[in-house]
Amino acid sequence: MIRISDVQKSFGPKIVLRGVNLTVEKGETMVVIGQSGSGKSVLLKHLIGLLKPDSGKIYVGDIEITHLRDDELMRVTRKFGLLFQGAALFDSLTVAGNVRFGLERYARLSEEEMQERVAESLGLVGLSGAECLMPFELSGGMKKRVGLARAIAYRPEIMLYDEPSTGIDPIRADAINELINKLKRDLGITSVVITHDMVSSYKIADRIAMLYDGRIIEVGTPEEIRGSKNAFIQQFIHGLADGPIKDW
Amino acid sequence: MTGLSPNALLLGALEQLGSFGLLFFRTMKNLFRKPREHQTLLQEIEEIGVRSLPVVSLTAAFGGLVFGFQMYIGFHRYIGPGSEAYGGPIITLSLAKELIPILVGLMISGRVGSSMAAEIGTMKITEQIDALHSLGANPIRYLVVPRTLAAFFMMPCLVLYGDVIGILTAYFYNVILMGVNGVIYVQNTLTYLEIWDIATGLIKACVFGVVIATVGCWQGMETEGGAEGVGRATTRTVVIASISILILNFFISKLLPATLKGG
Repeated sequence: MIRISDVQKSFGPKIVLRGVNLTVEKGETMVVIGQSGSGKSVLLKHLIGLLKPDSGKIYVGDIEITHLRDDELMRVTRKFGLLFQGAALFDSLTVAGNVRFGLERYARLSEEEMQERVAESLGLVGLSGAECLMPFELSGGMKKRVGLARAIAYRPEIMLYDEPSTGIDPIRADAINELINKLKRDLGITSVVITHDMVSSYKIADRIAMLYDGRIIEVGTPEEIRGSKNAFIQQFIHGLADGPIKDW
Repeated sequence: MTGLSPNALLLGALEQLGSFGLLFFRTMKNLFRKPREHQTLLQEIEEIGVRSLPVVSLTAAFGGLVFGFQMYIGFHRYIGPGSEAYGGPIITLSLAKELIPILVGLMISGRVGSSMAAEIGTMKITEQIDALHSLGANPIRYLVVPRTLAAFFMMPCLVLYGDVIGILTAYFYNVILMGVNGVIYVQNTLTYLEIWDIATGLIKACVFGVVIATVGCWQGMETEGGAEGVGRATTRTVVIASISILILNFFISKLLPATLKGG
């Protein structure tokens, strides 16, 4: 479904990705873990064409997206839903306006169907009846859930989640995890989740990949990652200050 | 001192010019492409046009008053009492061709250009522009094109409105307050003023509108570094747009013919 091949990216003198290789199969949930600032969000933005790699290729299905023109890229990004780390709601639009934004562009629905879809999407994230609120009236967690409703409203084939549980209380975070699993189960959505929350990772992942020093250092099922002999992975998943990772 | 070498400064300036040129090119390319963002266009027309009326009214009124006042003094002192009525065409021509387009341009770059930079800059640092892209809206088509079109169409309207206010207040100062002969003042003005004089100001207004909107959007899109970055973007927008308006005004004045009448 998604194939990342030797992707490298630098910002000025800072090398963020040093040659990332990763394949995400159709219908699976791939969780990418790594330290803050390790380039996880940068990697995610490459998948949807928001950033172009300095070198390397990214395939979505059979299409190589790194050299597509804007309009061609738009046709591919239609397949993606993206939950941003800070929700990235449009300040000038109501909750309903935010949720229907992608629907108006990606789905051919009547006004009535669109309103139903907005209500259904908000219901899925536990925000029924919040249609008329403005983003400034929402808490951080509510914003995140509206962001998720907006991303799933037009039924994308692939969902990208950037830190879905950050800024949400543990109960809501677990509800989001359940929702990610439900979307995979019911709609067969392929997901890439960026997180450093290991509880969430074990709950939702089919496979976990760890990004360290600009490279994927190991990929495996949650059990394989738990039992990994790699000292970097053991330090990270157990949240230890002592270990081979010193740059924190 | 910044400590940068002349070469680095030149490269930096060229890089900025290139990034502005690229945004301008992409804006022009997307100008007539579908889907058009009618809702955003209407909002911007209201923001740039309707909501700027109070500030344009005040600027044009006091611009007209002070210019009428100085012309009165000039004619009275150097040509002699009674000659003030011949100032009508000069006042009107100067207001319509130069003073009102520049004053309105500077006011709109402060009011609208800075707000565009702040709004788009905030969207940039809160990932809202990335969200637009991910939801199928081309940021150039959604944000830049409607603002550029609205500024292109509303600036001449504001300048025309400012012309009327400025010319009326100059008339008010000279004829009503200072007792200048109103018949000669108006007759001279109508005899020597051409429609082309008004049109010159409107052509300038269209250009200034595009400059204000593209500079504001460009600085917004280039914003980095949180609230401080947004502040920098708004300041730079006002400075760059204002200087560009003053420079372009001179060259447009030189390029356009002074009159369309033969001879």
